[in-house]
Amino acid sequence: MSRSSTLNRRAFLTVALAAGTAVTFTADMALAAGTKAKAVMLNAFIRIDADNRVTIGSKNPEIGQGIRTMLPMLIAEELDVDWSQVTIEPTLANEALYGPQSAGGSRSTPVNWMPMRQVGAAARQMLLQAAAKAWSVEAASLTTASGQIHHKASGRSAPYSAFIDQAAGQPSPSLASVPLKAASDFKIIGRPTPGVDTPAVVKGKAVFGIDVSLPGMVYAAIELCPVFGGTLASMDEAATKALPGIIAIVPLNSGINPTGPNDAVAIVANSWWTANKARQTLKAQWKTDGLTGFSTAGYEQAAAALHKGAAQKDLVKIGDASGAMASAAKTVSARYSYPFIAHATLEPQNCTALFSDGKIEIWAPSQTPASGGKMVGQTLGLAPDAITVHITKAGGGFGRRLMNDYMVQVAQIAKALPGRPVKLIYNRADDMQHGFYRPAGWHQFEAGLDANGAIVALKDHFVTPSDKGFPVRAGDMNPAEFPAKFVANVMFSQSMVPTNMPTGYLRAPTSNAMAFVFQGFLDEVAEAGGLDLPELMRRTMGAARAVPLYERGPVFDTGRARAVIDKVCAMAGWTGRTKGAEGKGRGFGFYFSHSGYFAEIVDITVTQGTRIKVEKVYVAGDIGSHIINPMHAEQQVQGAIIDGLAQAIAGQKIQQVDGAVTQKNFGDFPLLRIDAAPAQIEVAFVKTDVPPTGLGEPALPPVIPALANAIYAATGKRLRDLPLRLGA
Amino acid sequence: MAVQLTVNDAKRTVSADPEKPLLWVLREDLGLPGTKFGCGAGLCGACTVMIDGKTVRACMTPISAAAGKHVTTIEHVAATPVGKRVTEAWVELDVPQCGYCQAGQIMSATALLTAQPKPDAAAIDAAMRGNLCRCATYLRIRKAIQSAANAGSEGAKA
Repeated sequence: MSRSSTLNRRAFLTVALAAGTAVTFTADMALAAGTKAKAVMLNAFIRIDADNRVTIGSKNPEIGQGIRTMLPMLIAEELDVDWSQVTIEPTLANEALYGPQSAGGSRSTPVNWMPMRQVGAAARQMLLQAAAKAWSVEAASLTTASGQIHHKASGRSAPYSAFIDQAAGQPSPSLASVPLKAASDFKIIGRPTPGVDTPAVVKGKAVFGIDVSLPGMVYAAIELCPVFGGTLASMDEAATKALPGIIAIVPLNSGINPTGPNDAVAIVANSWWTANKARQTLKAQWKTDGLTGFSTAGYEQAAAALHKGAAQKDLVKIGDASGAMASAAKTVSARYSYPFIAHATLEPQNCTALFSDGKIEIWAPSQTPASGGKMVGQTLGLAPDAITVHITKAGGGFGRRLMNDYMVQVAQIAKALPGRPVKLIYNRADDMQHGFYRPAGWHQFEAGLDANGAIVALKDHFVTPSDKGFPVRAGDMNPAEFPAKFVANVMFSQSMVPTNMPTGYLRAPTSNAMAFVFQGFLDEVAEAGGLDLPELMRRTMGAARAVPLYERGPVFDTGRARAVIDKVCAMAGWTGRTKGAEGKGRGFGFYFSHSGYFAEIVDITVTQGTRIKVEKVYVAGDIGSHIINPMHAEQQVQGAIIDGLAQAIAGQKIQQVDGAVTQKNFGDFPLLRIDAAPAQIEVAFVKTDVPPTGLGEPALPPVIPALANAIYAATGKRLRDLPLRLGA
Repeated sequence: MAVQLTVNDAKRTVSADPEKPLLWVLREDLGLPGTKFGCGAGLCGACTVMIDGKTVRACMTPISAAAGKHVTTIEHVAATPVGKRVTEAWVELDVPQCGYCQAGQIMSATALLTAQPKPDAAAIDAAMRGNLCRCATYLRIRKAIQSAANAGSEGAKA
């Protein structure tokens, strides 16, 4: 974590702990709404009412990762209340008050593990101080359990609610020294806990961004220039305006994200269906000069041509890779690739806004609501205090909702219609064709082995899409990509192919692609050296030790890596490389990302020569000392596995022709369906005594190479290009 | 055009373009946003509702086709014994992650168990393959359907 975010965290805790700073979690909620008696805020996160009901503010965006349940579990644990007496409410976006409020990078757990516990512990101390005063006893003589305070010597007991007024007036203790529970006393952390929103979801009552409803609300559909970076040349809106129900036509140019010209036209109507249908009548002409030459076929040809020549730039140079390759006992080379892919959240991008009296209020299904609010301020020229952002539930995120383009767009529309709430909704084609895609990439590998199968030299010529002379967002390569730090002679080099595709972070960004190419290639290297991949991994890593990957980067613990490799091999009964019997195959993959260590084994059956059926997946992961909510941890891992399988074999590939994306819906960009999901995904966690880290991402990357390696084991065919396809 | 229909056991009259899909009538005109928009093309199943007990994709069903019929949405699915068992199993196993597809999943699962009280694994996959889940809650969906089926057969014995 950078120094600035550490400072921010300290600042937020100071503010958050000042009792009374925040009266409620959301601006429009009356104090203690729904309860008869008075409720008191102990700090920005905790409110206790006269019936001893505890309401905990949940600050981070919920995108299916279970954070709305997990962060309050940390607070409730240290506050020492029963989970059954807790009610959860989402907070507003206000990072000055609540600290970081983003859902990305698997960061919520490591960032909040201590602060959320400290928030609960500090409130507990304030209650103890108040009780000590009321009973004229030492605070140290008091104990708590289940939201009650006990004084053993006198036999007195009282609920927290008896002391809330006095407690709110107590100074907050220092966070650095506030006592925390011993792990052996945890009652909530580590207990499988169902999602707090599940009861509402099964009744159709959970409110996602697309469900926000405001009095007098109107609806916007958006016609975006089909070619990225194009501008609006002209439009004939007369026919559209004449249609019943149409309220306004608003030209837009967010200009901020993606940066540069990205013109669009919003059609506002009294029904979204009406607005969307009216797009057919809007005669918009786009100026796309110089942008229509970008195509998938062009990128693939350019990458192939670049791989035939010298790389444009050296990225990593250790030892003498060419020299070592020339004297190696054996060499292996292979070319791997992966395509652009879309996030395809099931809830299409959408956002609702109301602009009124120079202020804007936004309801956003965003992974980064605060930074979205800043972008809106920048676009409309509004000061931060003129912007209120409500965080809604989101129907999936996967990194798409980090970008906030929809927030900036709806803000522009709302400004054109002051006083009227506007809900912008993308249709599926808009969503598919105007994403921030996982960038494609092409790798030309070569490895040199000694007589024992050890890697003595490694080369990778990486071709990545670029914009303005730099790799696109999420198109960078980690210079410490495994096994760079464990091989004496390494050359990673890079060439670039210009693109106009907006790119972004897709669940386990860069890792979801690099795991496939590196672990796929290393399976080939292992075979050439007479080993299997788990054994090549063990030998290459060597003895258990901490290896810094790069300056200010993460440290890779080979002991933790080895432990998950050994664990998954034991779970699956891995007996080494097997030749496929009757189309059966088993493959292995390992990857370290987002501070998590994951080793996975995939069992498949191939029928009719080309049909790949994933039977079972074994997963061993290490994300530290605690699995805070084992129920959602298993869900995250199973979901990540199927997400990775979908990228590998569902046929996902975003293609561009004449500068525009051609995929429109789930027919040409498929997700995995239930009948292609494995029968079983067995998950085990290896626990290491370090603070817990995140789980949204690190389970995904290894399953893709594990599957590719299983296909090789079953069929003898190396599939080196995603999406994986057997046969023609 | 005024269309009369019964939604969740209540008679409703809607004034809308006859082509307007049932999905948008439910969401915009009848205040029932539990039925979700996913693809607009019948490919994802998020908008699944029942018309006269049979599942349809509300995004592809013009409101005129629902005239005079009984529509059941997620908001009312638990009113039938099967729907109640399904939603209870969903809660018990904590099936949802983001939750966006789950209305459609529950409607399809309820229709399956109404027609076929004891489906085998292949029948569950076949009946549910029209409902996408981007979070991939599929393993729990299978378990929850089996659990609801078992609860149903126990109920029948009792």
